[in-house]
Amino acid sequence: MNAFQQFFFDLSEEHPRWNFIFFYDPVQTERVLSGLWMTIQLSVVCVILSVLIGLVGAWLQGAHSRLVRAVVQGYIQFFRNTPPLIQLLFFYFALGQFTPTYSPDGWLEVPIISNVGWAIISLSFFAGAFNVEIFRAGIEAVPESTREAAESLGMNRLQAFIYVVFPLAFRVSLPALNNNLVNLVKTTTQALAIAVPELLYQMVSIYNDYSTAQNACMVVLFVVYIGLVGILVTGMNAWERAARVPGYGQ
Amino acid sequence: MPANSWTPDQPIVAIHDLHKSFGALEVLKGVSLEVMKGEVICIIGPSGSGKSTLIRCINALNPVDSGSILVEGQEVNDPAVDKLALRKKVGMVFQQYNLFPHKTALQNVMMAPLKVLKQPRGEVEKRARALLTRVNLEGKEDSYPGELSGGQQQRVAIARSLAMNPDVMLFDEVTAALDPETVKEVLVAIKDLAQSGMTCILVTHEMGFAREVADHIYFTDRGVIVEHGPPATFFTESSDPRTREFLSQIL
Repeated sequence: MNAFQQFFFDLSEEHPRWNFIFFYDPVQTERVLSGLWMTIQLSVVCVILSVLIGLVGAWLQGAHSRLVRAVVQGYIQFFRNTPPLIQLLFFYFALGQFTPTYSPDGWLEVPIISNVGWAIISLSFFAGAFNVEIFRAGIEAVPESTREAAESLGMNRLQAFIYVVFPLAFRVSLPALNNNLVNLVKTTTQALAIAVPELLYQMVSIYNDYSTAQNACMVVLFVVYIGLVGILVTGMNAWERAARVPGYGQ
Repeated sequence: MPANSWTPDQPIVAIHDLHKSFGALEVLKGVSLEVMKGEVICIIGPSGSGKSTLIRCINALNPVDSGSILVEGQEVNDPAVDKLALRKKVGMVFQQYNLFPHKTALQNVMMAPLKVLKQPRGEVEKRARALLTRVNLEGKEDSYPGELSGGQQQRVAIARSLAMNPDVMLFDEVTAALDPETVKEVLVAIKDLAQSGMTCILVTHEMGFAREVADHIYFTDRGVIVEHGPPATFFTESSDPRTREFLSQIL
């Protein structure tokens, strides 16, 4: 045991309510690190997918087809107006029954979409619904006349969107997007409900096994999420600054 | 009429009996006019008389209800019209410049040739720099629209439109949003263009300018062309009382 581990071991002996067991027991350290890694993976994948969903949704909302617009609107209403925890449970337990299975060893039947897969799908669509609305607000902030200028230069709808409308809309959308992605990172903890071994799941397991570790686990959870969200916000703010155009907005 | 039957001795833009309504409001009530290649025409008239709507119809920014618009023999009032082909031929400059605020002056001019015409970058940049020089904006290539004055922005907009090598240029009240002292620099750029042989259709309130550059002046009021003629006679010998009243207020 090194000095760091010794310190927390001694602390737990003197103050049993503050048992930072994962700082001196390598098995528990491993659980925390694997949980943290799962949380990071879940967050990064969901952030990227939800932004893509937001982009495609915002693009489809401007479609000529009334049916397409209605489908996008229905999607937004469903995912925005129902709790993400219920969505997770629904995807995993309800939809999960209908997905095909495969058998890796000839005995066990394993569904092709794992609980991690469902968590990614569910959380991405949840945050994506908000992202569609965020991007739509940004797109509406781009003057119709700017779009007309692009069209009068021969651009089609997609070209005008990619080269003119979206780059401007995105700058307007960044602060709201920032907020929603912060919420998404925090909502990944709800994947606990379908036993995704992310950080909260691991921490709860640890203090179920070692009840004296409860307070320590909570403290570390807060600190880790402050750190993770801090990194995200710092990145988004840097992006916002880099995208600033002299003499435009602000 | 098939598109390829057009020859330069026919009108480059021929509008016949054009009707256009916005809801219950009929803005154009049967407008006809013809523009020959190399001609400069000015459309004048009181606000709300349909001038802007008319020229926006020419490059299909506004769909029309009935009537015909032929640009180089090609019908614009046709759902199957090739808008890209049309807009390569017809450039447009707007009252509010409508530059792309996230791009520099040079990038604004280069965007359409690069992305729409897929021309090689080196060639496009060379031409874009030459166009900016032509509208007297040397040294402003790397400025963003937000860093330029209204007159400078409008000249970038003219260069941006010219970068597509159009055959016809439409100007929709391009000096109406400018400070009086910058109006002149924009008019100089347009005059230079007109004298180089570019076909220009201008909606304008600058009567002195219209008189100076136009080959033909059209006066519109309440959705119809009240009268038209070459500037030499139009300003002095107009016969319709509506024209005379308008001119007396503005001159």
